[in-house]
Amino acid sequence: MSNFDPNTDMPRGARPEEQITTDPSKPSERMQFRLMLFNLAPWIIASLVLLLLPAVFTNNSTITLMNQMMITIVFALAYNMLLGQGGMLSFGHAVYAGVGGFACMHIMNTSDFFSSIPLVILPFFGGLFGMGLAMIVGSFSTRSAGTVFAMISLGVGELIAASSVIIVAFFGGEGGVSGNRTDALPFFGNEFLQQINVYYLIAVWTIISAALMFLWSRTPVGRMANAVRDNPERAEFLGYSARWVRFYSFVASGFFAGVSGGLFAINYEILTEENLNTASSGVILLVTFLGGVGFFFGPIIGAVVFTLVQTVLSLQTELWAFYAGSLFLATVMFFPGGLAGLIMMHVPAFKLGKSKLLIIPYLKTLVPAAIGILAVCALVEMTFHYRHAATGDHEMTLFWTTFDSHTVLPWLVAAAIAAVGLGIARATAPSLKEAWNEANTRGAAS
Amino acid sequence: MDLILVNLIDGLVTGLLLFMLSAGLTLIFSMMGVLNFAHASFYMLGAYFAYSISLALGFWMGLLVAPLIVGLAGAAVERYGLRRVHQYGHVPELIFTFGLALLIEELVQFVWGKNQMAYSVPDVLNFTAFAISGNSIPAYKIFMIFISVGIFIGLLYVLTKTRVGMIIQAALSYPRTVEALGHNVPLIFMGVFGVGTALAGVAGVIAGPVLGTFPGMAFVLGSIVFVTIVIGGLGSLWGALFASLLIGWMTTFAKAYNIEMSNILNGLGIATPENLDESLFRDFWSLTSPQIADILPYILMVLILIFRPAGLFGKRSS
Repeated sequence: MSNFDPNTDMPRGARPEEQITTDPSKPSERMQFRLMLFNLAPWIIASLVLLLLPAVFTNNSTITLMNQMMITIVFALAYNMLLGQGGMLSFGHAVYAGVGGFACMHIMNTSDFFSSIPLVILPFFGGLFGMGLAMIVGSFSTRSAGTVFAMISLGVGELIAASSVIIVAFFGGEGGVSGNRTDALPFFGNEFLQQINVYYLIAVWTIISAALMFLWSRTPVGRMANAVRDNPERAEFLGYSARWVRFYSFVASGFFAGVSGGLFAINYEILTEENLNTASSGVILLVTFLGGVGFFFGPIIGAVVFTLVQTVLSLQTELWAFYAGSLFLATVMFFPGGLAGLIMMHVPAFKLGKSKLLIIPYLKTLVPAAIGILAVCALVEMTFHYRHAATGDHEMTLFWTTFDSHTVLPWLVAAAIAAVGLGIARATAPSLKEAWNEANTRGAAS
Repeated sequence: MDLILVNLIDGLVTGLLLFMLSAGLTLIFSMMGVLNFAHASFYMLGAYFAYSISLALGFWMGLLVAPLIVGLAGAAVERYGLRRVHQYGHVPELIFTFGLALLIEELVQFVWGKNQMAYSVPDVLNFTAFAISGNSIPAYKIFMIFISVGIFIGLLYVLTKTRVGMIIQAALSYPRTVEALGHNVPLIFMGVFGVGTALAGVAGVIAGPVLGTFPGMAFVLGSIVFVTIVIGGLGSLWGALFASLLIGWMTTFAKAYNIEMSNILNGLGIATPENLDESLFRDFWSLTSPQIADILPYILMVLILIFRPAGLFGKRSS
């Protein structure tokens, strides 16, 4: 047993006055500066990465993928202002992004006005329109959180998505609204003809939006949003109106959702009903939850991973939505903290300098588990091929091997690999748990 | 007048169908405090199971067996999925059922493919029951009405007159006390979830042949079912019945009578603008009631939530 209390990280039995570990007589400025640098480091690294990525991936399709990723990041962060920080579950948030995007498309089509502004400020207008709509809807929907809020968001979402086919003047009906981004006032001689120019525009907007949203979460209003999420009655007793706090979060979230819609408009130059229907709202919920709602950077991870999974998997298999759905359900059931939660789980072990202890057990359990899961996926793919392939088409290619899906052998092989992989993972799971407990306990290895 | 009667019957069929879904959903809501997003997915599963069974054993076996399978699947979902997620709170539960709805839709596409199934009305019921001034009413619609009314009466009887129903009602309001009296409350919850999803399954079995059995059928009906129980008041069985019938008749009548917005506005004394094609409000002026029939429930729901958040029959929400 160690001398430290694992709950408080303090020496056991220490009285409160003994727990101060820093020397108050030393000047604290140095410490503050280092703290600031430490806080800024992720932002600087992220900016540098965004700046250098196009140098690494030069082909257009990758840049399009990265653009999509960044747009999703902004949207998911905006969504998490509601879900993670405010505790409000919205089933119709795509509406605000969509309306912001549609507004941007209409601005693009008003040639007089559009040719007098540079393209770079267009997302701001998208944000304003998203915010305006959020103010209207939020005026009645934020009265309560929980189920009522979720239902209103669903109703309003369906309503606007349905009217997008009826109100042709604004939503363009089935064909949507398209425009031309190059009509804008050239920005330092740049007309944004190339994908790479658009990439930098979106990158700058992503960094700015993310930074603003992070700073928002550090303002009193952002902090109160957390309080209202956890305990509205107590927040009201402190003198804050839970409803107004929710309203502010909702409006801010609507603004950034609108910004993401504007970025979408710039990148794709077309918006359709698909941008604001319930399916898009569901996807953003999926992205955010997958990434993890508990941490600010969770949605960023979610957006990157989901966009990659979507793009890569949908090229490989028709069943990608099935896998994504399974992954989502597994996340909700077993890792409610999402990917960010999984990462942050390892911080205590890392701080104790014991993360090395975990590597071998992880390899022992996760590698067989991954192989087993892949084999299960292979079985699923084979079943799908067996049932739905064209008649006479017995050949299928899976994991770089081509075989006949109507013979027994491949099924046996896949089933055997699945059983062995998952069996090993199951057998080694207790030792992983042991190693996990060991790595999270202070003191020398016993 | 005759047309009104025909529409009344049509609306009744739609409303009762909605009610079979919303009854189970509202029971599940009062139990868990969470809306089951996947409820309509169980309705879809009912239709698909019944179709597969009817290929081998005929329609009537499908009607009997499919809801049972759906109910078992629902109970399994409650036991192994929701009960696990319950500890994390309400929002993850809601998200779980949402993910489940997505997954079931994918699963159905995986097993049965994307095309509509040839699930049709059995020959025994494929005749015209009677005609109202030239508008024939198929016997299957009458059959649907009888099935749903029968289920409603049965449900009401079980819930209010039997011992099991009493225990269920008590467990919904005071689970701790009922548990202290020696009843297995988790088992009751699992049972209620199973029965609720089985009801949705029945609805699927009898609606499949009329509304079509295709992967999008859960999505089409899903959100309307929420709207129904929100309008009726969450947790209220009578509210669910009232709202289902209201929505059924409202959409049927809006589709049957082509009321144009321009006529209404002209009737109110607002003149049609001179150059309508140029006007910003041209879409608003050319609105017709069949166009907006499907979004009327949503408008109603948003209005209800604004002015009476507890719903028409709901108790004051806590």
